[in-house]
Amino acid sequence: MRVAIVTFPGSNCDHDCYRAATEVLHADAKLIWHRERDLGNPDLVILPGGFSYGDYLRPGAIARFSPIMEEVVRYAKAGRPVLGICNGFHILCEAGLLPGALVRNRTLKFLGLDVFVRVENAGTMFTSAYTEGQVLRLPIAHGEGNYVADAATLEALEAEGRVVFRYVDANGEATDEANLNGSMRNIAGIINERGNVLGLMPHPERAVSALLGSTDGRGIFESILAAIQGTPLGAAIAG
Amino acid sequence: MNEYVIDVSITPREGLLDPQGKVVLNALRSLDFDEVADVKVGRLIRLRILAPNMEVARERADEMCRRLLANPVTEEYELELENIS
Repeated sequence: MRVAIVTFPGSNCDHDCYRAATEVLHADAKLIWHRERDLGNPDLVILPGGFSYGDYLRPGAIARFSPIMEEVVRYAKAGRPVLGICNGFHILCEAGLLPGALVRNRTLKFLGLDVFVRVENAGTMFTSAYTEGQVLRLPIAHGEGNYVADAATLEALEAEGRVVFRYVDANGEATDEANLNGSMRNIAGIINERGNVLGLMPHPERAVSALLGSTDGRGIFESILAAIQGTPLGAAIAG
Repeated sequence: MNEYVIDVSITPREGLLDPQGKVVLNALRSLDFDEVADVKVGRLIRLRILAPNMEVARERADEMCRRLLANPVTEEYELELENIS
């Protein structure tokens, strides 16, 4: 399996994604500089977290015009899997590959801590290793993760099962207190209509080994691997 | 060609929570500026562009806003043009 991880100026989770790809997926992973125009026909593209272009103007607003993004959009439109994490989620929204936007946390504070999210749809190629309703503990690290969209978009997302992750408390309840950044409907992650582009604010790549404090993020990578290889879950995964 | 200065004022879309505006509102109230009813915090982008006339200048700036400067999901914008040629 080949994974392309795009590095923008200001990306700072690209190496975490690289480790997750190589150590969890045992994939052939490559970091691709944003000025390049060739993804190299990977099986998965990851837009990592960080502060692309210093978050100038709006997070992801400039990065989405990086030369490589033309290729990423083409790749996504061909139905190939794209995973956007944190700033990568912003870039996907700015590029129009996912609906809505992410604005300043309602507390105005940068939030760097572990939170609980509930798997709302375990039927996607990114979440099949989980069970519906499963509660994961994943780290967040963002100042602008407050998901907003107009009413029609929210309704469509809900009706089509495209809200994939929601912020919840330890008991799995989607309370207002658990919704630290103030996202509409506690939304932590969404998927596109076709089911091949996922964006989420939490960092699954930082929760892939016990050493990191949680292994709850592994499921995303395991799900992708299973989908790509067409193998039963876990069959191709060591350790 | 004429030269124009265009001020693009970008503000949070009406009806969306503006946490920065709320904090500034509270700070003003705590300074006894009780007359302040609402605060919105946005940003100002000042462009200098060359265009044959004001209409074209406005059209181009509008396109810049739609493509890059403002996010239509969360922001509204207004243009103010001045001919400085």
